Amino acid sequence: MTKTIAKTGLAAGNGAKAVAGLVVDYAPSIESDKIVTIPPRHQLYIGGQWLKPVEGRYFDSINPATLQVLSKVAEATAPDVDAAVRAAKRAYDRTWSKLSGRERGRYLFRIARLIQERARELAVLETLDNGKPIRETRDVDIPLVAAHFFYYAGWADKLGYAVPGAKFAPLGVAGQIIPWNFPLLMAAWKIAPALACGNTVVLKPAEQTPLAALKLVEIFEAAGLPEGVVNIVTGAGATGAALTAHPLVRKIAFTGSTDVGKIIARSVAGSGKKLTLELGGKSAHLIFADAALDQAVEGVVSGIFFNQGHVCCAGSRLLVEESVAARVLDKLKARMRKLRVGNPLDKNTDIGAINSSAELDKIRRLIETGKREGGRYFEPENITLPNTGNFLRPCLFSDVAQADTLCRVEVFGPVLAVSTFRTPAEAIAKANDTPYGLAAGIWSEKGSKVHAVAAQLKAGVVWANTYHKFDPASPFGGYGESGYGREGGRHGLLPYLEVQP
Amino acid sequence: MIVPVRDRDGASRAIALVPVDAVGAEERAAFFARRSIKARSKLDLLYLAIRMMDLTTLEGADTEARVRQMCHKALRPAAPALTQALEKIEGFRPIPPVAAVCVYPLLVPVAVKALAGSGVHVASVATSFPAGQVSLKLRLLDVREAVDNGADEIDMVINRGAFLAGEYQQVFDEIAAVREACGSAHLKVILETGELGTLDNVRLASDLAIAAGAHFIKTSTGKIQPAATPPVTLVMLQAIADHHARTGEHIGMKPAGGIRNAKQAIQYLCMLYETLGPDWMSPDLYRFGASALLNDVLRQIFRQYTGRYYYDKGYSLD
Repeated sequence: MTKTIAKTGLAAGNGAKAVAGLVVDYAPSIESDKIVTIPPRHQLYIGGQWLKPVEGRYFDSINPATLQVLSKVAEATAPDVDAAVRAAKRAYDRTWSKLSGRERGRYLFRIARLIQERARELAVLETLDNGKPIRETRDVDIPLVAAHFFYYAGWADKLGYAVPGAKFAPLGVAGQIIPWNFPLLMAAWKIAPALACGNTVVLKPAEQTPLAALKLVEIFEAAGLPEGVVNIVTGAGATGAALTAHPLVRKIAFTGSTDVGKIIARSVAGSGKKLTLELGGKSAHLIFADAALDQAVEGVVSGIFFNQGHVCCAGSRLLVEESVAARVLDKLKARMRKLRVGNPLDKNTDIGAINSSAELDKIRRLIETGKREGGRYFEPENITLPNTGNFLRPCLFSDVAQADTLCRVEVFGPVLAVSTFRTPAEAIAKANDTPYGLAAGIWSEKGSKVHAVAAQLKAGVVWANTYHKFDPASPFGGYGESGYGREGGRHGLLPYLEVQP
Repeated sequence: MIVPVRDRDGASRAIALVPVDAVGAEERAAFFARRSIKARSKLDLLYLAIRMMDLTTLEGADTEARVRQMCHKALRPAAPALTQALEKIEGFRPIPPVAAVCVYPLLVPVAVKALAGSGVHVASVATSFPAGQVSLKLRLLDVREAVDNGADEIDMVINRGAFLAGEYQQVFDEIAAVREACGSAHLKVILETGELGTLDNVRLASDLAIAAGAHFIKTSTGKIQPAATPPVTLVMLQAIADHHARTGEHIGMKPAGGIRNAKQAIQYLCMLYETLGPDWMSPDLYRFGASALLNDVLRQIFRQYTGRYYYDKGYSLD
């Protein structure tokens, strides 16, 4: 930095020479990974035991920031899944369904406290396996994981208040299939309400990120959770298919892509199994001209670049009122240039690694499509990426049309599509012009407008003057191709209960 | 929404009311406390913090001797023994003087004499600091006297009463008049944000002060709590950023009061860097109004070099 500035500052005409500004490059501040031990090989956790997979196959769990193999993980096939479901059924019949709500709650409270005690270890492991920044796992993921267990621990002995005046009973064995973007948080969203309601669980973590869920086993055992109450089968699509097809499973909870959600819905149809699906999204983020623009830009950055954009409710479509669009874009670009992409274990990293090479390829293909279709592409040219690992610059496309791929297809990466509107009616119409309906954001300092617009947005969650705020007490779920059923809050209990009015 | 004001030459200008979302601003401001600044970056910022410091004494009990003592500290922040200890360290960079000392107008000549030829600026709080509750005529006289005595920076405080009563034209006129009275001295306009009540007001006062000719905008007198806070500072930086985007002009920023340790100073500098960028990472455009901060920064510099702390009595008081 040799440029001399200070046109109005104290140097000009002050007799002193202008002092050049300082370019600050934050030195690495790396969280140690010594706190976590990762076994070189993971078996299946069935009936309180670590069992080898029947067919003896293992797959790799990879650190996306280094592309190194973290561990070999057992691949469960139909016989393994069958053993896990039977173990869960046994635990349900013999122990778990016989406990009072208060006793179940005690286990959940204990789990929640143990998660807090081991928060740093879990945060590091999650960052290693998933690629998301340690700042997020430390400050967002793990605290929310503990909060979910605390929240549903509190419900365990109060279920009568969730369904006033009705008779209710647990279902039995719940099959739960979770994605790779929030591995531990999604495990908590699934396991905590299921156990609180008196069900037992067979959990299938995503094949990309199974390690944190497997680490939870240590916490379940330390909490004295009876064997078979939670079983973990690792594997990919075939493992999940075996779980959804199993006749003893009474309830399927799935979070993941809309394509897989449709397959699961078909396979479950007519089986009598309860089903909740939390699928994709193409959520709209609306900025009106009367918004607090600096804070709105922060909201947009958090909305699309949080967790590398691997968020089902990411605010991936930005709709800006035309009269402020140029200013918002300038501010947004300036802000993007300040994002720090790199080693996820660096405490100053804002954007970590894309979760897998396959995902990186998919996102790059969609970016190429966006360029072909004519959106105006921007990426912060000043950001340098590490030489190895799955890294990608955050980017945006402005002047995107409703018909363009980037406005319709879920990218699930750090790619923002920006278009404009002129009136609230146009904003609402464009926001709702999608097969999805998971989330939306509104920025306006005018309360009446916020309420009027929110009421007309077809989205499960509408954030006003903020984005990506999660709380265990708040129900979460979508419309249309974003799935059905709600997780979180009182609503999140209902899918795990048989209710007789 | 627009606040209409008229220039001194009668031309009308419009100041847009820029709303601030307090929850979002507080959240963003709190973010900088989560930056983890280490090693070389930390040392760079600690040195920069010293170069940005306005050492201040504004007490009824101020004497010439006290001001002279503070000027010595301003020129040589590290006491002799500490300097010797530091000089033994390989790769040690000399501790720079601070940016300025800030005193009452009557004591300006003392500071000017003590700092002659050093490059350390002499700032004075004129305009009947801190309450400002005298007539404009007297406030301007105060300013002229301070400038005549040799102050090259003037810290004025806005008329909060007029601001809160919605008399924006009056606030604007008074700032513009003081700016004129400053002559070649530079003007820092104190908003006294602890009395403005909302971040919306902080933003409007910033925009008014900038439009009326402030070289710097400054949070607080230090006499009112809360003084500088991260959210208030962030909102003021954003006003500066917007003005820069519109006009290309660089307005300076001075958080004052409440920044007591090096860790806070580093957080403020991260906020500055990520909001305004490298141009502003200079004492020409950013100052810390602080007294207690200096010794803690020295303490952390010593620790950064050696991995341990120098003994407490090794730091001089002021």
